[in-house]
Amino acid sequence: MSKKLSSGKTSLKAPKTSAKKQKGGKKSKDSSKRKQTQLGKKDEVDLSAAHIGHPEIFPLAFTTETQEIFNCRVEEDVTEENCFKLIKKDDIIQDLKTRDAVSDFHPVKKVVLEYPEEELLVVFDAKFQYGQNFYLVASEEAKENLLKPPETAQEEEKEEENREEDLEVQPYKPPVPKPWVSLGSEKEVEEESVKDRVTKIKYMISRVRRKFGTPITFTDRNASHVKDGYVECTPYEDKAFSINMLEKDVGLQTVPKVKEVATQTKWTYPKNAATQYFPRQLSNEEKEERLSSKKLKEFLTSVHLRMEIALQQNEIMNAFFDDWKALAEDECSSGGKPDVYLGAYRSFTGLRYLKDRIISCVCWHPTIYGIIAVSARQQLPDEEQANLSDKSLLQQTVIVFWSFFDPLHPQLMLECPEDIHCFQFSPSDPNVIAGGCINGQVVLLDISQHEQKLQNAQTDADGIKITAVNMPSPMQVEQSSTEPPLVRYCAVSSIQHSHKKPVTDIYWLPDYSKDNQMSAASENRAEICVQLVTCSPDCSVLFWDIPATKLPEQTSCETVKQEGGFYIPCDVPATKPLDLCWKPLIKINLGESDSNTECGPVRISLRELHYHYKTSEKVRSLHTPEAPTRDSSYTEMSTSSKNLKVLENISTSFFIGTEDGEIVHSDWKIEIDNDTAKPVSQEHSQKYTIHTETINTLQRSPFFQDIVLSIGGRNFAIWKERDTYRPILQWSCSAGRYTAGHWSLTRPGVFFIARNDGNIDIWDLLKKTHEPSHTQNISTSRITCISPWIASPKQNFLAVSDDLGALHVLEICQTLSHPSSNEEANVLDFFEREVKYLKYCEEKSQAKRELKWSWRQRQRKQV
Amino acid sequence: AEVEETLKRIQAHKGVIATIVMNAEGIPIRTTLDNSSTVQYAGLLHQLTMRARSTVRDIDPHNDLTFLRIRSKKHEIMIAPDKDYLLIVIQNPCE
Repeated sequence: MSKKLSSGKTSLKAPKTSAKKQKGGKKSKDSSKRKQTQLGKKDEVDLSAAHIGHPEIFPLAFTTETQEIFNCRVEEDVTEENCFKLIKKDDIIQDLKTRDAVSDFHPVKKVVLEYPEEELLVVFDAKFQYGQNFYLVASEEAKENLLKPPETAQEEEKEEENREEDLEVQPYKPPVPKPWVSLGSEKEVEEESVKDRVTKIKYMISRVRRKFGTPITFTDRNASHVKDGYVECTPYEDKAFSINMLEKDVGLQTVPKVKEVATQTKWTYPKNAATQYFPRQLSNEEKEERLSSKKLKEFLTSVHLRMEIALQQNEIMNAFFDDWKALAEDECSSGGKPDVYLGAYRSFTGLRYLKDRIISCVCWHPTIYGIIAVSARQQLPDEEQANLSDKSLLQQTVIVFWSFFDPLHPQLMLECPEDIHCFQFSPSDPNVIAGGCINGQVVLLDISQHEQKLQNAQTDADGIKITAVNMPSPMQVEQSSTEPPLVRYCAVSSIQHSHKKPVTDIYWLPDYSKDNQMSAASENRAEICVQLVTCSPDCSVLFWDIPATKLPEQTSCETVKQEGGFYIPCDVPATKPLDLCWKPLIKINLGESDSNTECGPVRISLRELHYHYKTSEKVRSLHTPEAPTRDSSYTEMSTSSKNLKVLENISTSFFIGTEDGEIVHSDWKIEIDNDTAKPVSQEHSQKYTIHTETINTLQRSPFFQDIVLSIGGRNFAIWKERDTYRPILQWSCSAGRYTAGHWSLTRPGVFFIARNDGNIDIWDLLKKTHEPSHTQNISTSRITCISPWIASPKQNFLAVSDDLGALHVLEICQTLSHPSSNEEANVLDFFEREVKYLKYCEEKSQAKRELKWSWRQRQRKQV
Repeated sequence: AEVEETLKRIQAHKGVIATIVMNAEGIPIRTTLDNSSTVQYAGLLHQLTMRARSTVRDIDPHNDLTFLRIRSKKHEIMIAPDKDYLLIVIQNPCE
């Protein structure tokens, strides 16, 4: 609606002047010479200037010819000032007759004929006021007016201007013209009169009628929304500007800038600090003094009552006993008869390597899961010393490593000089293996190169690949893709100093080292097992020390010499192992001094034989930072082992099972005789003969240190060390022989006995003591070795090897692996009861004997 | 003598493994355990007793620690503190 009111362009409207003229008079201001004349009538087409208000004026166009005829030639007769020409009427009529249509007067012929007077006025219209160059004045009055002095025209004009409103001025009688005397008022009038200098601009704004007065709502409009909403003149950098300011007057005021800052500093002040290296201890005198002081007495009197109450409380009952838990366990073991079995897990038969051989020893790898090592030896008819010449034609002797994940291919093979009768992993470093050969030598093997491979045995189960790129310590390894690597032994004892008969048992000594002089056990600070004990039917037990360089990651070389020890060459050459230089540390001969009977130990069981198998990482970490210092520690140990603290409460007694079936209990501790200051071997040996055949197993229970299981021939027995002269428990079986046995590692009252018909008896002492709780057949031939292992808390394995060279790995079921609650206490109780019973029996028999003897005495007396 | 007798009596209770008497600074005076273990027990238990005592006294300044029993899986350690001395008994409470 508002658009209609938009201001349009101004436009000069043309008809304005005409409107004004309509309002105003007929006369325009231009012509001052025009006079108003009477309006003439004309019937025909009005050719007059009536349309401009002068009906008596007839514009005519005179041609040159006409001008000559009437002597009104332009510029000659008639000029601008002298523009009037009186022409006779008769002349005009004459002209009309002669030229008729051609005559210029033809259009006004009628006017001319009607003209009353004799002369007509023709005016030269120089300015073409009426459209032509001449005009005829048709009325007398007009003629006269024109001819008359035109001064009166001005006055009349003014009158006309004032009378603007008056449109129609009918018979206007002009005032009688008087000569006007100008008194100067024209000037004033002219000054005062308002004249439009500029033509006024006229606007016409129109709108639809209905829109007037309607309410208006204004809205905002953002000027930038519309493209042309606003026009701006943005500043821009003038490219042409090139004035550089070179000098500028600038005023500066320097003001000191003040800022407040606070910091908190740690106030260190001298403090006393003390470090304690040794615990404070009172000297003996002080202790005595304190003990006898009064204060202590008072203290004790006041305190002991409280203490006794507490102790009694504990004796009465166990306040923290969880009945609920105990209930569950009891139910498990007593309710129902769970299945007891040995599940077959794996079976390894190395046809290539173990053909026609009996497995002599089976050993689990202490740290790597699923690796088991097996040593095989020749099948000998009477199990005497091997015929060496025969052997050379046959395959080499190896210790074979099997992995669970690859039952067909052995992982590793260790080459040995002779058949290995028994071997053991070193507890401190599972990469070192000590083996006893059937010719009496002791062999050391190092598999540290292949440890990684063994650990990855699970990942590369198919195919055996060897990356023998980095081999710092030289070992001959066969590179092949299908055959397992062959590792050579690295140390072999000297033949003269070894056993004369096959080494039947070999053990690593735990963390204490032996002092050769004192034969006392001393502390081994480095916690590395370095000593071996071997026994052989040649009546000797030998203690060996490990050559220091044979431990892995050794880079420096040292020469250590020790009496009764061994030589270590500076650099063990690659191809020549430490051959034949290794001597035992201590040799114990059994049965020499006492009697003539020789005692050929077949098995040995040391009292302190509890190992901690460390993981290889730990050992590695132990090794690498200690590599430079280890030599020194070894030298320390070997040369100055006297300086180490002597452990007094390590028991040095041991059991020996002999070839003849005797069990000898002896001590290796050598005491210095007070009188002679010479080492005298104290032998508290006791012999027990219950077995009739060679003892093949002599083992301490892993739970109780003084309970020993011995197996030989047709019977086996459990002994308690030092306590009795007879075994606590004894069993014999008529069918078949017992060939191997082992305590269970997890249950105190369970042990496994293997027979020569391939059966395994599982004995559970808490269930039945007169017969095995379970029997299972494993193989068809004689079982040679049995070895349980805890692979994980859920998996317990039993490795069984037989005469055919096959190794069976069985999984022990849960009931056999998990001890019931308080089993240990129960078993201990059981043993103690047995011991008591035995003692009681002894006493009874003793009493009986005495009674008998006294009775006899009396009888004799009587007689 | 009396001292000996009392200690013997305490030691004779069933299940008692060891008895230690130490002074207020934690230095053992009389013990039935080996030296290294004694020193270890003395150091650790002395600190613990001090801490327990200060805890009790913090809560209530009029209160004081009379007895401290630590029950572990394997045995129970009983500590009877006093102004100048400390009596520690280690007992195996299981039947």
